[in-house]
Amino acid sequence: MNAAHLLPILWACIAAFTVLAYIVLDGFDLGLGILFIVEKDPRHRDIMVNTVAPVWDGNETWLVLGGACLYGVFPLAYATLLPALYPPIIAMLLALIFRGVAFEFRFKAHTPAARSRWDFAFFGGSTVAASTQGLILGALIQGIKVRNDQYAGGWFDWLTPFSLFCALAVMIGYALLGACWLIWRTDGELQTSARRSAQALAAVTIACIGVVSIWTPALQREYLRHWDVWPRMLYVAPVPVLVGALVIIFWRSIKNDARHLTPFLCVLGWFFLCFTGLGISIWPWIVPPSIDIWQASSPPSSQLFLLVGAVVLIPTVLAYTAYAYWVFRGKVSHELHEH
Amino acid sequence: MDGVTALDLARCQFAFTVAFHILFPSFSIGLAAYLAVLEGLWLKTGRQVFFDLFQYWLKIFAIGFSMGVVSGLVMSYEFGTNWSPFADKAGSVLGPLLAYEVMTAFFLEAGFLGVMLFGMRRVGRRLHFAATCLVSLGTLISMSWILASNSWMQTPQGYAIDPHTGRFIPTDWLKIVFNPSFPYRLVHMGLAAFLCVALVVGGTGAFHLLRAARRAKPPTEAVRVMFSMAMWMILATAPLQILAGDAQGLNTLEYQPAKIAAMEGDWNGRGRAPEILFGIPNMQTERTDDAVELPLLGSLILTHSLDGRVPGLKDFAPGDRPNSTIVFFSFRLMVGLALLMLLLGVAGMLMRWRRRFYASKALHRFALSMAPAGFLALLSGWVTTEVGRQPYTIYGVLRTTESVSPIALPGIATSMLCFVVVYFIVFGAGIAMLLRMMGMEPHPGEAGPNVHEPTRTAGTHPGPAQGRAVGHTGSVE
Repeated sequence: MNAAHLLPILWACIAAFTVLAYIVLDGFDLGLGILFIVEKDPRHRDIMVNTVAPVWDGNETWLVLGGACLYGVFPLAYATLLPALYPPIIAMLLALIFRGVAFEFRFKAHTPAARSRWDFAFFGGSTVAASTQGLILGALIQGIKVRNDQYAGGWFDWLTPFSLFCALAVMIGYALLGACWLIWRTDGELQTSARRSAQALAAVTIACIGVVSIWTPALQREYLRHWDVWPRMLYVAPVPVLVGALVIIFWRSIKNDARHLTPFLCVLGWFFLCFTGLGISIWPWIVPPSIDIWQASSPPSSQLFLLVGAVVLIPTVLAYTAYAYWVFRGKVSHELHEH
Repeated sequence: MDGVTALDLARCQFAFTVAFHILFPSFSIGLAAYLAVLEGLWLKTGRQVFFDLFQYWLKIFAIGFSMGVVSGLVMSYEFGTNWSPFADKAGSVLGPLLAYEVMTAFFLEAGFLGVMLFGMRRVGRRLHFAATCLVSLGTLISMSWILASNSWMQTPQGYAIDPHTGRFIPTDWLKIVFNPSFPYRLVHMGLAAFLCVALVVGGTGAFHLLRAARRAKPPTEAVRVMFSMAMWMILATAPLQILAGDAQGLNTLEYQPAKIAAMEGDWNGRGRAPEILFGIPNMQTERTDDAVELPLLGSLILTHSLDGRVPGLKDFAPGDRPNSTIVFFSFRLMVGLALLMLLLGVAGMLMRWRRRFYASKALHRFALSMAPAGFLALLSGWVTTEVGRQPYTIYGVLRTTESVSPIALPGIATSMLCFVVVYFIVFGAGIAMLLRMMGMEPHPGEAGPNVHEPTRTAGTHPGPAQGRAVGHTGSVE
């Protein structure tokens, strides 16, 4: 166990954490944008945006950190994945531009028409960003052709029935996160309608999780190597079991009007478990099925230099992010004072 | 479109996206510092005018900042999409610098921006001021990391190259961060950001002074304070910037002489060199046409001595020369604007002395027309330094032709088109919005960023400052 062996493992964990932080944090605020399609009432839309207005910037920063970490720590992965996924990544970035500025612009728009245009940008941007993230995920899982350390596939390798299905799944999953966030952070009519949406979305999300779990090993037989071998099976068995347990807790809490936070936590749990399951499947690849984390790594001098900072800074970031959430805690509503 | 290669388009795309991007962070760097000063002055003196100005510029800051965030997001992935061999080879050095930027600065800004924009009633004045200062600090830290990595590409050191893969292996991080051109570039860019904002604030003040005069009304206190602060700032920073630029020129002469030769349009290296004021450098015929020269001045400016040797482009192989036709003009545009800024600062001082500072329409028109000058100078300076680094991405080590992704022309052309369309829609709308906000006069009891938005409440557990009156009018909202 030398540094060149250990550092990439540590960094794979940190990078995975970064991506997960991005998925859950930006997931719910992208989800709010997707929910604009069912929530037409302008007052409700204002409340929805206000629940995340003070924090969305920080949520999206995890994506920038993910990009920068990949660049500095696994440059070969960065240099092969990005050209391979060129069209969906460019589409995602452009969509995030629309959505990001729509946060500010929709409040500053001075005619109702301009406002509904920016509302549409918010919805469209969120939806495209979510679905391209699904496409990227799907394309990664199904594998990327690499030869001589360069992407060797075609223009549309990323576009397959599987990646399209993942796009749909991620979109539904994010919308569900958004709906559960609203159950927690709002009240009255908006909360009731979010509760209704969440039930339908949850049913579809669970079905999607099931389909992806069965479809994935069919793509690369190798993915099963950690799942169907005794005794390793024992270590990974809690993943599907916990998903099942959270499904039960979710259904009981979603029907119970006194439970505001539980559904959101359950869905966060699903995302965490699915992500862990995915990690177990593709480990130790970073670009399946050809580049593993050691091949993709930058020299130990780079990884160590960044690790020193990450160990101190990431917990600090988490602490003040938590503080910002704490400052803006509580239900958001239209009235100046809550009853 | 004959002769246009994927490389040309990849370069165009990077230049286009980074040129848009660079404007917003520069605006944020300068404006965040200005906001911290305004809020500090308000806390110290208790004068309402400072709080009104703070609120007024805070709304503008919110818009500018969000455009900086989303345009910056693109940059952090573009190295991989369009420049993957570059990312693969140099990621080990540049990636950690960018990641440090995100961890030390981006999160700091994003984390406290929410508190700064919406949190006054929730956290109270002192904590709010702390949030403003942290956001401002974040912008400055961010700039430092970005300039460290940009400077390293200009003056690389502290690395070895893996003989098998051609990848960079960092050997000394202190040398990498504090590379020879970093301190010069940092000061030059920092001053540029402050100047940009001083000119915009001054131009906004001038606009409202002119409008008040046209309506035969006395200008409000907020407008006068804004204009006066900006003009002091310009008077102080414009000369400093010229000195900083001169120092960076000397540094460039030492480390990147080809860039200097291209900026000067000099083909033959020599002592007692003239300064070419105007001309058209021709890369094919290897001469500068229609040159208007001042004898000896070239040596004097670049070496601070009359017979110092100034490099010429013919000192370098044709394949190693940056495009002089571009940098010759971009450099002159930057210097010309800097001299105009200096003139504006001095004119302001003169008018104060003659007690015509708030009355001189000529001064106000001058200040208004100079409002975009900072950004224009920033862009032309950036073109000078980046085009002057060519034909390398990492100066002297890695060529631009070896850095570009294996993405075919149609792919890059399509994404380029998308970027152009989206950027013009989004940033066009954003800039129009900013101009409209600056066109409105700040007024007493200026509201914060969330005035037209539904008020948020603290729920069942009110924050410590909830309901506490803030500001002299009794409330921030």
